[in-house]
Amino acid sequence: MPSLPPINPEDEAAAAVKTNGGAFEPHAEHHDRPLVEYLQRLGDDSLILGQRLGEWCGHAPSVEVDLSLANIGLDLIGQATFFLNLAGETEGADRDGDTLAFHRDVLDFRNCLLVEQPNGDFGQTIARQLLFSTWQHLLFEKLTGSANTRIAEIAAKAVKEVAYHAELAGEWVVRLGDGTDESRARMIGGLDWNWRFVSELFYSDEVLTGLVQRGIAADVAELSGEWDRRIDAVLFEAKLERPADQRPILGGRNGHHSEHLGHLLATMQFLPRAYPGATW
Amino acid sequence: MVAARKLDPVVDRIWVVLAEVPDPEIPAVSLVDLGIVRAVEADRVTITPTYTGCPANEVIRTDIRAALDAAGFAAVAIETALSPPWTTDWITPEGREKLRAYGIAPPLEAGERAVVCPRCGSTETAEVSRFGSTPCKAQWRCGACMEPFDLFKCH
Repeated sequence: MPSLPPINPEDEAAAAVKTNGGAFEPHAEHHDRPLVEYLQRLGDDSLILGQRLGEWCGHAPSVEVDLSLANIGLDLIGQATFFLNLAGETEGADRDGDTLAFHRDVLDFRNCLLVEQPNGDFGQTIARQLLFSTWQHLLFEKLTGSANTRIAEIAAKAVKEVAYHAELAGEWVVRLGDGTDESRARMIGGLDWNWRFVSELFYSDEVLTGLVQRGIAADVAELSGEWDRRIDAVLFEAKLERPADQRPILGGRNGHHSEHLGHLLATMQFLPRAYPGATW
Repeated sequence: MVAARKLDPVVDRIWVVLAEVPDPEIPAVSLVDLGIVRAVEADRVTITPTYTGCPANEVIRTDIRAALDAAGFAAVAIETALSPPWTTDWITPEGREKLRAYGIAPPLEAGERAVVCPRCGSTETAEVSRFGSTPCKAQWRCGACMEPFDLFKCH
């Protein structure tokens, strides 16, 4: 179940004196709700993919790849910490990044569907990384010019890291795609699995459009041309065909997730939920 | 960040204290050598993270706090600044030399092309992995002395 917003005593008192008892009055907002939503989207993308990559720790094909995936995961969790702390601060409801990460349920998460997809084999993981990091790199480049200076600062810091992620993923797509019959087949399979979640990356809703008008968010539709160009360049070098476009699957930004996210959260959130306030 | 120094005896003493605090992951260099300490004022020290997710970030903060407290600067606050983002250009010349002596090739400077093996000085080197034992390093190997080594990545 999604967490219900806290009951504000002032709202309750105001509702009591209204003729209809306050029914159907929208819950009064005391903070910039769209901005909080957007920060959660940015933070949740990084958090969930960071957690996914952590699942490879100790299982990757070689120690170098193990270190690479763990390091990319760390970068992403670092970004998530900044974005979710800022989301909590903006919300002003006494929730910090850790509270948002560990004490929200599936329907409250705002990440895109791509990042929560299972790792599959190494080809599937690398395909997901290429599609996402290429998008995130373009997004952060834009966000360095955000009217919200805190977002601009985080983006300027993170964009340098994400450039590396996209580069590493691209190199592996080429190596696997232009490798053996087996590696090529797995790379094609990985791209096919993840491709249906691409449209969501470029989808705009009211929250996003409003923030784009305020100069805070980046217009994702503007990123798609350059994203196509970069992905096509990698696929060309890897001697791979671009997968056919599929029916878009949307919903992550509104909390409608695939079945995979709940399992991920069960692992990620177990300790702070079982032992609230635990420190070591 | 020499420019941040002023002729204030308190500030100078704080710089001296911080110059003795080693990086938790690469203890051969201090936090000042790495450019992690961005500015020092009489009542606050400003630091910057190298990589957003570097696990050393928390330890660095704790270590600075301990060093300041021990030197009698318990009232000096520690602040984190993200902007402008940290770059390897801020590693001091002494820091670069200490890295090399420790066996880590310092980041390439503008105009430098070849990665020099910190062990034997050969330029016959090749990248093994883009990511090394910490976020800031890549794994390389030397074709002359055949030894693996870390390269501090340009960032």
